[in-house]
Amino acid sequence: MIRLKVNGADRTYDGDPDMPLLWYLRDELGLTGTKYGCGMGLCGACTVHVNGKAVRSCSTSMSTASGKNVTTIEAIATRGLHPVQSAWIETNVPQCGYCQSGQIMQAVALLNGNKKPTDGDIDEIMSGNICRCGTYQRIRAAIKAAAKETA
Amino acid sequence: MSMIENVSRRGFLKGVVSTGAFVLSVKVLPQAAWGAVDTESTGTSQAFNRAVLHPDLFLAVDTDGTAYIIAHRSEMGTTSRTSLPLIVADELDADWKRVKIEQAIGDERYGSQDTDGSHSVREFFESMRVAGATGRLMLVRAAAQQWGVPESECSTDLHAVVHNKSNRRADYGQLVTGASKLAVPKKEELQLKQPSQWRYIGKGMPSYDIAAICTGKAEYGMDTKLEGMLYASIEHPPVLGGKVKSYDDKAPLQVRGVRHVIPIDPFTPPHEYQPLGGVAVLADNTWAAFQGRKKLNVSWDNGPNASYTSDEYRKQLQQTARQPGKVAREIGNVDTEFGKGGKVVEAEYYAPHLSHAPMEPPVALADYRDGQVFVWASTQNPQQVQTSISKAVGVPKEKVICRVPLLGGGFGRKSKPDYAVEAAVLSKKTGRPVKVVWKREDDIQFDYFHSVAAMYMKAALGENGRPTAWLQRSVFPPIASTFVAGATYGGPGDLGQGFSDIPFDLPNLRVENGPAQNHVRIGWFRSVANIYHAFGVQSFANELAHAANQDSVEYLLALIGPDRVLPKERAMPNYGAAYEKYPFDTARLRRVTEIAAEKAGWGKRKLGKGYGMGIAAHRSFLTYVATVVAAEVTSDGDVRIHEVNTAVDAGTVVNPDTLRSQFEGAAVFGTSLAMFSEITAKDGVIEQTNFHQYLVSRMNQAPRRTNIHIVESSAPPAGVGEPGVPPFAPALCNAIFAATGKRIRELPISKTNLSA
Ligand code: FES
Ligand code: FES
Repeated sequence: MIRLKVNGADRTYDGDPDMPLLWYLRDELGLTGTKYGCGMGLCGACTVHVNGKAVRSCSTSMSTASGKNVTTIEAIATRGLHPVQSAWIETNVPQCGYCQSGQIMQAVALLNGNKKPTDGDIDEIMSGNICRCGTYQRIRAAIKAAAKETA
Repeated sequence: MSMIENVSRRGFLKGVVSTGAFVLSVKVLPQAAWGAVDTESTGTSQAFNRAVLHPDLFLAVDTDGTAYIIAHRSEMGTTSRTSLPLIVADELDADWKRVKIEQAIGDERYGSQDTDGSHSVREFFESMRVAGATGRLMLVRAAAQQWGVPESECSTDLHAVVHNKSNRRADYGQLVTGASKLAVPKKEELQLKQPSQWRYIGKGMPSYDIAAICTGKAEYGMDTKLEGMLYASIEHPPVLGGKVKSYDDKAPLQVRGVRHVIPIDPFTPPHEYQPLGGVAVLADNTWAAFQGRKKLNVSWDNGPNASYTSDEYRKQLQQTARQPGKVAREIGNVDTEFGKGGKVVEAEYYAPHLSHAPMEPPVALADYRDGQVFVWASTQNPQQVQTSISKAVGVPKEKVICRVPLLGGGFGRKSKPDYAVEAAVLSKKTGRPVKVVWKREDDIQFDYFHSVAAMYMKAALGENGRPTAWLQRSVFPPIASTFVAGATYGGPGDLGQGFSDIPFDLPNLRVENGPAQNHVRIGWFRSVANIYHAFGVQSFANELAHAANQDSVEYLLALIGPDRVLPKERAMPNYGAAYEKYPFDTARLRRVTEIAAEKAGWGKRKLGKGYGMGIAAHRSFLTYVATVVAAEVTSDGDVRIHEVNTAVDAGTVVNPDTLRSQFEGAAVFGTSLAMFSEITAKDGVIEQTNFHQYLVSRMNQAPRRTNIHIVESSAPPAGVGEPGVPPFAPALCNAIFAATGKRIRELPISKTNLSA
């Protein structure tokens, strides 16, 4: 039996321990804000926080997630919107929006560790997240706006 | 063509609006095309209750004043779902904060719902305006009657009717009862707003779904769910037309959660939107289905397409392009001119297959029950979902009820509903709702690929360095091969995308097309044939500028020539638009070229070593675009794209920030296909499977800065989603030439060694 915390709630799981956290969140818990894009750690659409760090849930097995604290896009704001989400809306970042949960989760983790990221820092941390619609310019602008907001 | 009816008392939209609401039905097709609908029967299944059941409804105002507007086209990131209702809201003079959007099901009475070809706003701008204006006039009329004042003394003011003389004001919500009893006014009675009165058109609004998207609450096709559903993953034949010889139907069932292993029939040619065939594994969750698939151990009969290997195919295409082809356009006589023995320039270009790779792979959920199919599909074309499923499972088209959640990107892939058919077929076989989820590997390997193309170009230059004759050929397996087995020639639609409609001022011109056999499925891909045609034409124009020792912008402007409207026969089929309304006006192309050059500081900026600027100008989907790319090539041969300046004349623009965002995105999409994306086949099998092999642009590779310059225009609205893509690759290649003296004749650029 695997025990973990998801968005503050205690959960137990007794299925295949190799199943990636992504499918547990989506298919078992119905937390569909976390997306599937590649299943190989190549695109970042599935990014969640495990013990506060951004990880690819498609490449994190349930046995690895055991005992950990998982946060998804649905619970990243303690109330209302997280400043990063507000900046995303303000900057009108999304096109199709499918990659954006992952982008936001990655950006929140970036700003948690670096209050004033440079262009180089943003590139480095965000280049693992693909946006096929090509919203990178706005993502960069939104991260800077959120950094100002939280500074 | 639209007809509006007052259907307030027919109980439509039950469960959405309250009794007594004011409901207008807007039909876009002539009466003869409407059929009877069995609307009640669609209301049974779970989760359908909240949705709109009446396909001819565009507009309703509830007693609390909430305005419901139907979005009948798919949302994949271009804001169709927001921008079309916004047009209705503007003419209705509604408060956008009090507007609710309901997504339509697939139904032919909407007119075209096929959300591709960049024509949502173009095609429905007028109908949407008329629908809104009709509602507004009826609300005004209701107020005038209620107050006993002349209608002409009343006006509207943001969701209210006002009578200034008596200082009276009524919210729309208070007027719906009156309005719902009125006859629909004639079109001649309507007063559409003057552009200066527009509240929203030209100013725009962010996507209706933006907050839901940013909080993870938005529902995409991938997120749909039904009680008791199974998840399916399908092992497709690795070669197009391949068939299953044998497979292990026991081993997958050993995987925990796997319920069924079911073969799917191969298609009968032409493949159209039929499933590819193969073997499906159905399970209690997605992961189990993926795992079960690994145990199938299928052996295949690959068939004749196993001969397809990209390197050899490329040589064939290039050979064909060197031979005379079918003539698609001819002016004067190029042969006479080439025979004169002046300076002649020749060049060949090549561009590979591409995969759409929308961030959300193809996905659909279907529930076959009691002779009906309920389907939730991530689709650009719900009516095609109906038609294709109807054929495959043998139920009438109107018994296929297709809902359209948000799409995680489309780019043309999701106009082709083979995956939705798979879901319906599997649901029929199992008697349970089935969600078919394509893995990224399935998406990349079994796409309807963007066509590979070879081009041959030849020009004779006169005294002043300008071409006196221009010959161009393109050869590509056509999209028609998806519908007609063995089709090898491009049609006017393919060639009219930036090739036979070449706008240059040329005394002698011949445009030809040669035959090419398809070996994979070919389909339209964001901006379609314009991609390779713009690459060939705009690169060659730049080669000539250099051959003539002239400035690239000046030379391009000279090629575009004096301001004029091209003769109709030269520009047809003109994206299916009426030529009188959307003529090819070279003045507009010239203007965007001048603006892009000026904004980029063309000829004014000092560029360091290894830096260069390149320009390209191209009209597609009736929109005029010019792009200047400023790039740097390092001594290691790395390309850095520093700045992109794009000037756009798309006529009347409803949502300017959507335009900007689409064109910024087009520069990134353009970077992908220019720099690294490529699909190749070996022995009929696609060699790329996921994003480590099929490369698309990431943040650190994308242009550092993209500036979009919108040309003010009162011309009718044109396309916005696609036209930004075609000029990008040639502008970048021209910049690389300026920086290094190396000419790119083949995409992606990563194939050419650019190190010093
Ligand atoms: S789905 Fe996890 S990185 Fe792509
Ligand atoms: S917004 Fe569509 S993939 Fe990023």
